[in-house]
Amino acid sequence: MAPEQRKILVCQGTGCVSCGGEQIQASLIEEINKLNLDGDLEVKRTGCHGFCQRGPIMVIEPEGIFYSKLKPSDVPEIAHSLIPGESPVKRLLYQDSTIKQPALTYHDIPFYYKQQRTVLRNCGKIDPEDIEDALHTGGYQALEAVLREMTPEQVIEEVKRSGLRGLGGAGFPAGRKWEAARRAPGDPKYVICNADEGDPGAFQDRSLLEGDPHSVLEGMAIAAYAVGASHGYIYVRAEYPLAVNRLRTAIGQARDRGFLGKGICESGFDFDVEIFQGAGAFVCGESTALTESIEGKRGWPKPFPRPRTTESGLRGKPTLLNNVKTLANIPLIISHGWEWFAGRGTDTSKGTAIFSLTGKVVNSGLIEVPMGTRLRDIIYDIGGGIPGGRAFKAVQTGGPSGGCLPRDMLNMPVDFASLAAAGSMMGSGGMVVMDQDTCMVDVAHYFLDFTRKESCGQCIPCRVGAKQMFDILDGIVNREGRPGDIELLEELGRSISRTSLCGLGQTAANPVLSTIRYFRDEYEAHIYDKECPAGTCRAYL
Amino acid sequence: MTEDKTKAVTENILASYEPEQGKLIPVLLEVQSSFGYLPKQAISRVAEFLGLDEGHIYSVASFYTQFRLKPVGRQRLTVCLGTSCYIHGAPQILTELEKATEIKDGETSADMAYTLESVACIGCCALAPVLRINGSVHGEMTPQRVKEVLPARDGGSS
Repeated sequence: MAPEQRKILVCQGTGCVSCGGEQIQASLIEEINKLNLDGDLEVKRTGCHGFCQRGPIMVIEPEGIFYSKLKPSDVPEIAHSLIPGESPVKRLLYQDSTIKQPALTYHDIPFYYKQQRTVLRNCGKIDPEDIEDALHTGGYQALEAVLREMTPEQVIEEVKRSGLRGLGGAGFPAGRKWEAARRAPGDPKYVICNADEGDPGAFQDRSLLEGDPHSVLEGMAIAAYAVGASHGYIYVRAEYPLAVNRLRTAIGQARDRGFLGKGICESGFDFDVEIFQGAGAFVCGESTALTESIEGKRGWPKPFPRPRTTESGLRGKPTLLNNVKTLANIPLIISHGWEWFAGRGTDTSKGTAIFSLTGKVVNSGLIEVPMGTRLRDIIYDIGGGIPGGRAFKAVQTGGPSGGCLPRDMLNMPVDFASLAAAGSMMGSGGMVVMDQDTCMVDVAHYFLDFTRKESCGQCIPCRVGAKQMFDILDGIVNREGRPGDIELLEELGRSISRTSLCGLGQTAANPVLSTIRYFRDEYEAHIYDKECPAGTCRAYL
Repeated sequence: MTEDKTKAVTENILASYEPEQGKLIPVLLEVQSSFGYLPKQAISRVAEFLGLDEGHIYSVASFYTQFRLKPVGRQRLTVCLGTSCYIHGAPQILTELEKATEIKDGETSADMAYTLESVACIGCCALAPVLRINGSVHGEMTPQRVKEVLPARDGGSS
């Protein structure tokens, strides 16, 4: 057998594009042509390779040689190294303080080898704008198998048994949701992929759509077959133009190949997908607000009592709404079986979790680990710890709905139940590390500022309560804190959580309540000692 | 843009849409990408076409942060205030830009050279803090680098 053709993969996720990935690819092609190597090599654009902070990234397969932080001036040297018999460019190899010698391949880099990239398996490996690439890695085989061999009920049973839970934040068992949508009477039914990734500090849905759009489309088609839907929407945040373009291309190619449209895979099953771009409203991640938005209205969550979206969602019809990551897991569950999926994770949280690991951490980027992995392993082994010799202070998960967890919780396993019990939440997958220079009162102030601006304004607890909490926090960070403020924040927080209409309001107080719970001394220092221990609140400088 | 031109561009956009309420947000996004904002005449025409009250359109347009009812400057400066950017010092980037452009967050300069805005997150968290100038992203910004990347008022490099 001939040796595998060398492929040069140039990352073109949003991060790498923003630091010149396209230019690197263009000049590499030019240099390779100059050296007459173009017949032996394939230069390929890929989606996000994950190590966004080190962009632009280039990987040479089959070896896995890894170059990062590339500049256009590095390209001629790289091209020369691709001549058969030449060695890799040593000075461009990855090095950090935890490894003895420069890492020749990405398999030698802790950031990568400590992960288990299954949902992200194709991100950074395939060209997201070429369906052939997706097909070579098994794309759409699960859909074909489902249409050929399984009844909708069998598909739902498989998803139920796998234990997959919604990865958009709430963690509702996916199979039960599918079953409810299947049983709900009504025609037509809809499947919606929620890609309205509105949490600040999260980009995992975007990276998946940019890196492997076909896995999401395949998951949607399988979901549609299972619940009996004929039409789907992907609700994408307007801030994600690259994801929209790649999805558009992917949908076109999937239609041409008969994986979307009429009579999919020569079966009697019809399903097509439309992209709907959001217009910037955090609350539209909430299911009823999202469907209102598609109907051309303000994104207002529907008041209770109300039917479930699975019974009466978009245009009053049964609607299945799942997050990008939830849907991307589906082809894997079908191909490998529910036992395989349920074999990883904890008792109540199966499979893997994908995080956008950012903030004050040495290695930031997109990561995937089994559910139940300890926070410490994510932050220190994969993330490489805190830069600049600073001390870890907190890790924030769940965005504006989540909380900040302190040092003594670093051994906590990351799963739905543990995070919730600690006063945070899994959320969509943002994980922001904070060091000693981050003021926890200021962080709470930051999140409440976000929430009060994003409150849709319908219900009083959220509209007025978040504003009241913000005003108190604003006083504290501006040296005007008063005795009793902490207690008042706690009381307000509890009542907002209990009485708000939707998930946004119900979780709005979490950043405040969790920081009071674990960092009460910082609040007290501001109020009583007139001091900001982190040294960041300007009024105290 | 003249009134006639605005009308013609709007008609052109509407030609590819069905006249139903569900098309409102896609139509408004396309109108905005043509004009940079939602001109009054375009809103009137969209209302008529979709069979909606103008008031409904203003209600929707003011709800979503993407929509603007005023023209934007030639250089659109977007400071990301996502969590990662925030703890990496994004507020100082914003302050520096306010100084350099002499406008505040959310404003457009009188000569239409700059619009300065902050957004909740553009998803480039690993490159924090991030500044976007007319669609191109500048990562790992520092207050010192603001002047280097800020385009001149006339659009050339400073």
